[in-house]
Amino acid sequence: MQPVEMEFFMDPSRCIGCQSCVHACSECETHKGHSMIHLEYVDRQASTQTAPVVCMHCDSPTCADVCPADAIKRSGDGRVMTARKPRCIACSNCVLACPFGVPKMMTEFDLMMKCDMCYDRTSTGRKPMCATVCPSGALFYGSREEIERLRQRSRPINQFQFGQQRITTKVNMMVPRQSPVEHVDVTAVMHEPPVGTPISLNLFDLKG
Amino acid sequence: MALSIEDAPREYPDGRPLSAQPRWRQDFPTDIPEDDEVSRREFTKFLVLISGAFAVGQCWIWLTSLFRREGRFPELAIAREKDVSPGKIVKFQYPTDDVPGLLIRLQDGRLVAYGQQCTHLSCAVIPEPDKGYLHCPCHEGYFEISEGRPIGGPPRRPLPRIMLAVRSGVIYATGVERRTV
Repeated sequence: MQPVEMEFFMDPSRCIGCQSCVHACSECETHKGHSMIHLEYVDRQASTQTAPVVCMHCDSPTCADVCPADAIKRSGDGRVMTARKPRCIACSNCVLACPFGVPKMMTEFDLMMKCDMCYDRTSTGRKPMCATVCPSGALFYGSREEIERLRQRSRPINQFQFGQQRITTKVNMMVPRQSPVEHVDVTAVMHEPPVGTPISLNLFDLKG
Repeated sequence: MALSIEDAPREYPDGRPLSAQPRWRQDFPTDIPEDDEVSRREFTKFLVLISGAFAVGQCWIWLTSLFRREGRFPELAIAREKDVSPGKIVKFQYPTDDVPGLLIRLQDGRLVAYGQQCTHLSCAVIPEPDKGYLHCPCHEGYFEISEGRPIGGPPRRPLPRIMLAVRSGVIYATGVERRTV
């Protein structure tokens, strides 16, 4: 039987800020009590909208490229691992370099820790912790056919722009199907704050 | 089935493959499969094989010790006693033709004979009777001449002593004594 390729799909617009993913993540035994997922407020003053941030698992991981201690490794199937404890020198280069702000410097351990898409679970065919608990589908782990069927008004893209840097990632971001975007500009929001962001919630058609 | 995303080498910022990347990237690849890492299993294999080789080596040493040529051998006439004056050295082969030995008359008139092979790595030792030692030039080993005991350098065991007998003016080698201390 041909194995079905499972991928991670992220749709921040579906995030309801329930913190389920954060707590599920900190349940994990490999980093118990410390959540590797960030739940960020998009514009805390103006809105309650939150967005989960997991590691995007870049094809060309900047964090690993800037690591002077060769502590951040990428598995053969494209998962960028958390820093290796015996190697990490807690220099925070990766924290500063990551276009998505994913790595976390745990000063109490002198160790960078980050999301590795629950490698212990996904490598044995299970879903990542956060994707199993997300009630609104902001974090989804499954096949491409599944997401096509479930999100008919969205499409996944995995191209990002960070300044001059074009980033291709393993994790997909859901964008509106009709939108003409080729990539998501990570820093756009920093330069021009959004003026009025209409969010149309079609409460009668949750499949949308 | 277990891995969900197919194995693929990473991309690099300039878009070229790993073989075209600068040396430092090739020396420290970020991908785990491209890293020459010694896994725990490989290390354990190495340990087991090496310690097994050491064990086999110990057995080999024990086996060869069973067949070591030692003790009494057929007598061999080496020299006439009157030809060996104090400080003089006679070379001979004993117990077989490929084992060199040295007969030395010390200054006090005593006759001593040793195998010539250094106990470190079997180089031929050079006797220096006037200086009172035998010198191995390979690794600067020194043996004191009256007993053949090591006094310097890497050898830790004394030279094998050739047992001598003098009958009617002829010196005979009668046996080999290998000593450990």
